[in-house]
Amino acid sequence: MDWSILFDFTDYGELLALVRNSILAGAVLGIVGGLIGVFVMTRDMAFAVHGISELSFAGASAALLFGANVVLGSLAGSLVAAILIGVLGSRARERNSIIAVLMPFGLGLGILFLALYEGRAANKFGLLTGQIVSVDNPQLSWLLLISAIVIAALLVLWRPLSFASVDVDVARAKGLPVDALGLIFMVLLALATAVSIQIVGALLVLSLLVTPAAAAMRVTANPILTPLLSVAFAVTSVVGGILLALGGGLPISPYVTTISFAIYLVCRIVGRSNRSSRPRRLAPGVSR
Amino acid sequence: MSLDKPPVLSIRDASLAFGHRTLWSGLDLDVAPGEFIAVLGPNGTGKTSLLKAVLGLQQLSSGRIELLGTPASRGDRRVGYIPQQKLLEQGTPLRARDLVALGVDGTRLGPPIPSRATRAKVDEVLEAVGATSYAKSPVATLSGGEQQRVRIAQAIASDPSVLLCDEPLLSLDLAHQRSVSELINEQRKRLTTAVLFVTHDVNPILGMVDRVLYLAGGHFRIGTPAEVLRSDVLSELYGTPVDVFESHGRIVVIGGGESEHAHFEEGGL
Repeated sequence: MDWSILFDFTDYGELLALVRNSILAGAVLGIVGGLIGVFVMTRDMAFAVHGISELSFAGASAALLFGANVVLGSLAGSLVAAILIGVLGSRARERNSIIAVLMPFGLGLGILFLALYEGRAANKFGLLTGQIVSVDNPQLSWLLLISAIVIAALLVLWRPLSFASVDVDVARAKGLPVDALGLIFMVLLALATAVSIQIVGALLVLSLLVTPAAAAMRVTANPILTPLLSVAFAVTSVVGGILLALGGGLPISPYVTTISFAIYLVCRIVGRSNRSSRPRRLAPGVSR
Repeated sequence: MSLDKPPVLSIRDASLAFGHRTLWSGLDLDVAPGEFIAVLGPNGTGKTSLLKAVLGLQQLSSGRIELLGTPASRGDRRVGYIPQQKLLEQGTPLRARDLVALGVDGTRLGPPIPSRATRAKVDEVLEAVGATSYAKSPVATLSGGEQQRVRIAQAIASDPSVLLCDEPLLSLDLAHQRSVSELINEQRKRLTTAVLFVTHDVNPILGMVDRVLYLAGGHFRIGTPAEVLRSDVLSELYGTPVDVFESHGRIVVIGGGESEHAHFEEGGL
């Protein structure tokens, strides 16, 4: 095996200039993934992310086939999926079966469109497993715009959305419109999925929207530290993945997924030692 | 309890029906400040629906509910709510004090950074329920009794005039049932908060309640435990023979399609 396919850093400076856009997009996606991942975890939506990403893939490949904007195509696909899941699947069990039904259908449609597409093969594969460093300017503006919407909406809704996610009965009793918040969340999740697919591909979206948050939640329960750590982990994974991928001939995604997995492993180990080192206290008067 | 003061909660000629099934009708109830009322009865008689109606989440079929003179409406800060004890998921990114803070500012927009006033309030109510020592522990690592203590702090953090408790003792062991109900009782005396306490088992709170609202078979009885929890009264209410036994200060209701430890409704609101 020729190791230079994994790591080869000659001409790195020139390459770096070429992929400035990708690094910027990657960093922004890291922020989006890290933030929304916290809610994906607390609302138990990891499987939904996967389902949405397959329909997003179908939308993107349809756009590719018909020569439309790929970002908008994947956005349309993920919005349809997210709204279907949000409206039909309010209970976890129903939700999972709806996702399981949608997912192969979306994947099948996507494969159909790609089979009919006669353009560059790399584009086809890229939608599933990640694009190689080629985010052009109009695409970048779309990614940044959608990401900005998601980040702004999450920051504004953060407190009520957390309340509705972790403590739904009390949130409803306090008058929060928890069902509407759930639907808004699904739309934001659709936006986040559609942009993530552009970098890591439909099959690997979870590494951006779930793994960083899951890792952060292993080491802290602080509601401010959790999203900050999650964002740091996600940005490190994506930007680190892009920088490493430059030095070889492989797609970005294996680097991204490996870094994010490694971070998760470290957090699990750190989290476990934290947990076992804390003595279990009993509340006075509670456990007599 | 001060029955001469105007009621904090006033239910007038209220009825609730789903389709052809009437859960209760003609319900009149005035709750005085600081009064402790147990809401009893078998499953499916609309105990939880009554709480929902007070919360403004359930439309009455007729009648009205007023809180200190204004109609009950959704999101009223004068109402506190303690749900069934349901353990929070492992990994929930909240410490005990963060869950309490949601009771103060959880409906406000913005990032989860509590104001100085919110933090002071959280410290105060955690102290009041004796939960200061685990204020910074992840809430999911706390025991059921500890979590319920934190929930009481969360509910009283908005200084409610009425505290609605929906089976808050469910799935707690006897010792925790006692300590949690004592804590609720303590807080309602300290804050003169009226308590509406839905439960399938009156015994843990028998020594604390002022009055009982017993719902069964579309009818109801209101009165002191001694007036309502009697064989003749409950037999009439159920329309079938019911025996109420008292032994060692505990009350056991037998017949009427329920045993004392009847199956209870799952889920919260």
